[in-house]
Order: sequence, then C-alpha cells, then structure tokens
Amino acid sequence: MTGAGDKADAVVPLTWGVTIISIAVILIISLLVAGAIWRRPGIAPQPAGSKIAVDEKTDGLSWIWIGVGISSLVLLFTVVWTMVVLAKVTSPATKPALTVEITGHQWWWQVRYLSNDPSQVFSTANEIHIPTGQPVLFKLIGADVIHSFWIPALGGKTDAIPGQTNETWLEAHTPGLYRGQCTEYCGLQHAKMGMLLIAQTPQDFAAWRAHQLQSPARPTDGGQWAGLANFITHCSSCHAVRGTDAAGSLGPDLSHLMQRHTIAAGSLPNDPQDLDRWIADPQGVKPGALMPKPELSANERASIISYLKTLN
Amino acid sequence: MTITDYERVPTVSTEQNAVLAEKLKRLWETEPGIAGFFSTVDHKEIGIRYIITAFAFLIAGGLEAALMRWQLAWPGRHALTPEQYDQLFSTHGMTMIFLYAGPVLSGFSNYLWPLLLGARDMALPRLNALSYWIYLCAGIFLYAAFAFGFGPNDGWFNYVPLAARAYNAGPNIDFYALGMILLGISTTVGSINFVVTFLRMRAPGMSINRVPILIWGTLTASAANIFAIPAVSLAFFLLWMDRNVGTHFFDVTTGGSAMLWQHLFWMFGHPWVYAIVLPAMGMVSDGLPVFVRRPLVGYTVVALATVATMVLGFGVWVHHMFATGLPSVSLSFFSAASLIIAVPSSVGVFAWIATIWTGRPVFTTAFMFFASVIVLFVIGGVSGFMTGSVPVDWQLTDTYFIVAHIHYVLIGINVFPVVGATYFWFPKFTGRMMDERLGRWNFWTMFIGFNIGFFPMHISGLLGMPRRVYTYADGMGWDWLNLITSIGSYIFAIGVLLFLINVWKSYRKGSLAGDNPWDAPSLEWATTSPPPPYNFVVIPTVASRHPLWEDRLQQHEGEGSHVDAGLVLDHGREAIGTSSLDATPDIILRMPRDSYAPVILALTATTIFIGLAFHLWWLAALGALATGVDIIGWLWPERALGETKEPAING
Repeated sequence: MTGAGDKADAVVPLTWGVTIISIAVILIISLLVAGAIWRRPGIAPQPAGSKIAVDEKTDGLSWIWIGVGISSLVLLFTVVWTMVVLAKVTSPATKPALTVEITGHQWWWQVRYLSNDPSQVFSTANEIHIPTGQPVLFKLIGADVIHSFWIPALGGKTDAIPGQTNETWLEAHTPGLYRGQCTEYCGLQHAKMGMLLIAQTPQDFAAWRAHQLQSPARPTDGGQWAGLANFITHCSSCHAVRGTDAAGSLGPDLSHLMQRHTIAAGSLPNDPQDLDRWIADPQGVKPGALMPKPELSANERASIISYLKTLN
Repeated sequence: MTITDYERVPTVSTEQNAVLAEKLKRLWETEPGIAGFFSTVDHKEIGIRYIITAFAFLIAGGLEAALMRWQLAWPGRHALTPEQYDQLFSTHGMTMIFLYAGPVLSGFSNYLWPLLLGARDMALPRLNALSYWIYLCAGIFLYAAFAFGFGPNDGWFNYVPLAARAYNAGPNIDFYALGMILLGISTTVGSINFVVTFLRMRAPGMSINRVPILIWGTLTASAANIFAIPAVSLAFFLLWMDRNVGTHFFDVTTGGSAMLWQHLFWMFGHPWVYAIVLPAMGMVSDGLPVFVRRPLVGYTVVALATVATMVLGFGVWVHHMFATGLPSVSLSFFSAASLIIAVPSSVGVFAWIATIWTGRPVFTTAFMFFASVIVLFVIGGVSGFMTGSVPVDWQLTDTYFIVAHIHYVLIGINVFPVVGATYFWFPKFTGRMMDERLGRWNFWTMFIGFNIGFFPMHISGLLGMPRRVYTYADGMGWDWLNLITSIGSYIFAIGVLLFLINVWKSYRKGSLAGDNPWDAPSLEWATTSPPPPYNFVVIPTVASRHPLWEDRLQQHEGEGSHVDAGLVLDHGREAIGTSSLDATPDIILRMPRDSYAPVILALTATTIFIGLAFHLWWLAALGALATGVDIIGWLWPERALGETKEPAING
C-alpha cells in the first residue's frame, strides 16, 4: 500500500481511493441494514401458520433510484480514474535504457541483462539488480509453464507465459532490497519461488554490472581446485560458471554466487551451512524441486562448497 | 385414452375433491422401495437428492479446507506435502464451485419451481432425473480419482501448460477433464429443462411479470449455462486430446496457445459465478418480503437487473486475465465492463434494504440469514469492484485478497442464502419446522466465524501473500492473520455443523408446520407440507404476484387467484401447457411415467468416460453403444404420451 517507485506511485492513490470507497460503502450499507432492521420494534416470531399483517405499501422504489444513481456516479468516477492511471503506467515517462529479460522456470528466475553488444550480455538468477531513478524494461518469458513476476513495492504483476514475451517496466526511487514472488500457481514449489530486486545507485549498479561481466577469480588452493573438478563432474550439466567448462543452462548461472543474498529462489539464506544443506538434499528443502540429489560424499560436498565460496 | 383426449377442454372443479386427490395420488405416486428410487421422475424427490448430494460435497470440501487451514495456521509447517496440498486446494475448488454451489441451487430450484409456478412437474421430468444421475456419477467419478490420489492438482482453473502432459504426467488431469465434461452434460440438460419449464409450465394467469424472483434467477442462470458450458467442455475436451491423442491445441512449442485455455475457461468461468449467485439472490428477494410483511420493493427493476447482470457477465471474463499482457485497449474495455456490472448488482442491494426499511421484520433465523446476505454481498461486491480496476488488480490478483473475494461471493451469496432458504422451505420439504433456538446459535456462529476467518484474508492479500502456497516463511507479517483465519474458519465450520444438527433434529421431531407456516404469499404454500406427488389437486389460476396475500394487498386482477378451484387434469399424468408470456392455457401435456431410462443412460454415459479415462477403448465403445440403445428406448414413441396416433374407437 506504499510505493517505492514511479509506477507504484501512480497506482497507490488509486488503490487507496478504491479501498476507501469500498470501506465507506461497506459501512454505509451495514448502517442502513442495521437501521432498516432496528429502526422500529420488529415482530416476534409467531406460531407456525398464524396470520401476520401484511403491509399494502408500494413505496420504497426511490431507494433503488437514489442508491443506484449514487453507485453509478462513483463507478463512473472510478472508471475514469482507472483509465487515467492505466494510461500513465502503461509505458514509462522516459524510454528505458536498460532491458532485463526474466525467464520463469520451475521454480527459479533466470535474469539476463540484454545488450546490443553480445559481450555485455550476462545471466544471473533470482536476484535482479537495477539502477535507481530510471525506468527499467523487463521482458518476461515462461520457460515451461506460466509464472507471474511481481515486486509488490514497485509495481503490479505481469505473467511470464510460454509462447509469448510480455513486457513491463519498473522504477525504484531509492536503493534497497525489494522482495518479489511468483504469483501464478506453477506447480509443487510455487510457494518457494521468490526473488529479490536490489536497487542500487547508478554508480553502484555500473560497478556491479562490470563485475558480473568478469569471470570469477580462479581457485587459489588445492581444496578449491578439487572442488572445481567435482563441480564440473557433478553440477556442470545444469549450472554454468563463467570462465570454466561449466556451461549448463537448466539451472541458475552460479558465476557470482557469493554476491547473492539467498539460494534456491529465496528459500534459504546464502551461507555455507545452508548451501551444504541444499546440496546435500534439495528435495528435503524444496520437495519436488528439479535439482536432483547429487551423489556426493561429505568430502566432495565440502570441496564444492569451498569452491563455491570463491565465486565472488 | 384416445387422441381426442388431448383436445378436450378440461373441466373446472370449484371444490376440494377427496376422490380426485386419491385418483391423482394413484397416477403420480412413485413406486415405493428400490424400484421407485431408481425410476422416479418426481421433481421433489430429485430436488431433495440434489440438495443432499450437494451438501455431502460441501462437507467433503469443508474437510479439505480444514486440512489446509491446519497447514497454514503457522508459518513453515509441513503437515502436508506440496503434492497433497495442491490436490487439496484443487479438489476443494472443484468441489465447492462445481459439485456444491451449482447443484445445490439446482436442487432448490428443482424442488421449488413447479410448486412456485403452480405446475405438476418440470417440463421434461425424465431429463430432470438424467441431470441428477449424471451429476451424481460425475461427482463419484471425480472423487474416486481423488480417493486413489489422482485428484486434480493444478487448481480448479487448471491452466496450461502446467496441466499439459509434459508438466503433469499423472492421470490426475485426465480424470478432472473427463469428469468436468460429464458434469457439463448434467448442467446443460438441467438448464434446458428450466428454460422450457419457464416457457411452458406456468399456471394459467402467471404472466412473466408475476413469477417469483427465484424463477428469474434460475432462468437467467440456466440460459447462461447453455451458452457458457460448451466453452469449458470444449476446453477440457481439447486438453484431454492434447494429453491423450497427441493434438497440440495448447502446446506452444508446436504452434498451440496457452492463452486459448484461459479465454475458453473464463468465458465459461465468469458467467458461472453469476449462475451460482443469481438464483441464491432470488431466494433472498423472495424470502425477505415474507419476513418483513410487505412485497419486494422494485420487483420489475430487480428482475431486469438479474437479466442485465447475466448479460454483462458474459463481457467481463478478461478481468481474470489482466496480468497476461493483453493490449491496454482490451484491458480498458474489460475494466470498464467489470466496474459497470456493479450497477445492476447494486439494484438488489437497495431493493432489499428498502424492503426491510419500509416493512416490519419478523425475527426468524431465515430472516437473519437473508438480511446478513446484504452485508456479505456488499463486502464481496466491493472487493470485486477493487479488482475491476486494472492497475489495482495488478497488485491484488493471485493474492489472498482474491481468496477473500471469492469466499465472500460464494459463501456470502451462495451458502448464506442457501442456509436461509433451508430454514425457510424446510417446513415445506418435510412438514416440520426447524428449531429456532438452535437456529440463532447456528446463525451467529456461522456469521461471526465467517467474518473472523475470511475478512483478514483481504489484509494478508494486501500484504502480499500469494494464493496457492502450501506454506510461507515467517516474518512476512502474515503469521497472525493466518492464525486468525484458521481459527475463524473452524468457528465457521462449527456453525455449519450446528446447521446440520438442526436439520437432522428437526427432521426427526420438529414441530408440525401446516401448509403455510410463515403466512407467505406464493403458490408453494398453497399445498400441503410436504406436497403430494401431484403438487396441486386442481391447477391454480393466478391473478397477481402474491396469490396468497391477495385478500390483504388488493392488487390482483379480476376476481383474483384461485388455488382451490381450477382445471382438473386426471386422465393420466397430465399437466397444462401455457403460452410463454401471458400464460394462457393452450394444451394438455402428457407427462411421462417413472422410467429407468435416465439412470441407465447416466450409467452408460459414465461407462464411456471410464473407458476413456483408462484407455479401455472397447469399454468406451460398449458404453457408447449402450447409450445409443438406451436413447432409442427413451425416445421410442409411446401411446400413453400421445406420441403415436390411435384410431378413436376405443375411447
């Protein structure tokens, strides 16, 4: 009910407006019903079959005309207001400079930063960084089934539907973390398909983007190298890391995993214990998730985690 | 009997005639025992069965909801697995929307229509029986699948591609699709029956401006169903073909469309919402005046608004799809339509308030239920109004706000009127009154429990809680709201339980009701409670909207309505056919005897669907063949129905 961006700002007054109208209508009607019932003594229930007086009145029609008349005015007013807001939020005031492609997968979000220059394109997952103060265009794709993209504080939902590309835009005024969530039922783990939108100052964003385009630093010790080898063996058919042989695309790109706040689409905090928990038994954390339980010994797992910890 | 029999002018009896009543009883009575159970075509018997079956499904759906609220009462619970939760919420939706809300109204309408209209039965009694049997078979079919763990699991609106074979390999959706097509047959034939009955079976003099509002409600709902059901049956059939025969209607990888499903489903789905509330609103419009002792304010406006709501209801389906990326021109159109539909809907509200305001309430339980509907209807209405505004809907859609909205609509404008209607018409159904004291407890527990349970859902939705999540993290600000919702829903469940106890207790030893316990104005109260198999000894003649209040209202035409004097139709099962608008009698109709054809047809049709579900093509073919044979048997011309000519020598 409070907005943190241009798009949300345009909608918030309308949301409050219709909410207040609605509450007022509920109160007025409730009072009228209560008044109608208790404005004079009622008749106690009579034994079955007894005759009770019937009123010959035919009045009361003016209630309908007045009530429906007032309702119609309010409705017309809302229609006009809706149209005005709709026109305002359909496209942003300035042309977005940045385009982000969001692909909904069962049950995670692929985030791809588009550019005309192929060397500037990169992918990340579940966490979307945007610069503050400017509209960002989002292209939405459903990879498998229908998902819906929603960052409540910044704007409404748009579905990600297979077979079509939907567009929406968002703008954030101030740096911060904004939670988001899939809102179209998409199967077993619909409940755990969260995302984070991280709004940064344009400078911070540019720095983040430049960093994302680089390959992560190479491992520095033997344990980490062993971890990389295990990672390539066990994980690379689904996951990618820039600058390595891991180039799978079924699961999230893990190039800069350590910069993310959460793992498994917002299900767990991103720390070594939870990483271990997740890798050891994905089905225990997210039953039905498409990540199989890897055949790994505790040592292998530890080495993979020591490698993942280098992915800054 | 001879052919000339149908062309005779029926005699008019002016006195209650015990001999005539005895003769009619012999003609119309259903054979007792098991034979009669399966062959009866009596609309009262069918109506009661519909109501009982629908309530059984209501209880099943309620238990499913109770399990879900147990899971959601606290954050992070895993009492149910995601798969179990998904089947529960999908089956809960399917049950309440398709197996309870529609059929329960069909039950009331089936029982009440001929009595309200002064008729002997529905126009097509065997079709009526068929409609019930298929409903029962479809319900069992769907629930049998659920019992074996194959209940629907993609939500009641079952979006593709999630429901396609590629993402849902189990047989769950096949059962759901086939069951829904089967159920669609039941709804369609039932709807046709209501429309024909309206056009043909009203008592002489009951012109269309004299029928009760319940008749208008069910009529509009039925007319809408005839247009809406084909869309959903087609959608489910195409989906079944995609999943089983290899077609690609919804397969986007080969040129199909995911949006096609949504359009077809909601073209049906939205009108269906009106179809399951308009008859219930009719119950309120007819019930309230009895308990405030004056005619309904604005009968004509309310009747027209009922029709207008339904017509507009066909133009708002896209408001379920505002977030699908449609062009903003279409969004504007459907947004405006969705807001404007509130205009005819508000007519009922103001008519009801005015009726109470200008009358004097009799504080019965039925009155309390009917009056509470006004408030619940408005809460469900304004939340619909909020979601009608596209930019607001983009925030609200697919959150708990929508869950709150749909429950205020379905419980507020279906369950509450239905429970009120049960208190109101139970004496007619059984001859006994329901307990008023227990009724108070019943009302307040349901009303308070419902609002405690469902109102906070609006707030959890505004705070961003998405619907259809099997669990949620703590610290989102949803914890307390969910706990309150769970507690409220259990209080509500206790209220429903009190209702069921009251029904059972009153059925066994409620006080006797007599013909007209509420001193109500319409024709069903002119006959005994419960009514005899033939409903009325002589066909009533109607001269106003309130035949039994004419002595007090002085609004009738000519010498007034007659319920004790009228046409005698006793040469077999006969009814009077009247003209569509003015209800002038123009033909004697032969009504069919009890018949096994409907129950057999329902079973053979179900056999087809079982065969299709298990890919036993021979069984499906056998079922189709048996269905064909049964239809031939059903339609075989019968002399007793005047379907074959007979020389007039043995008259």
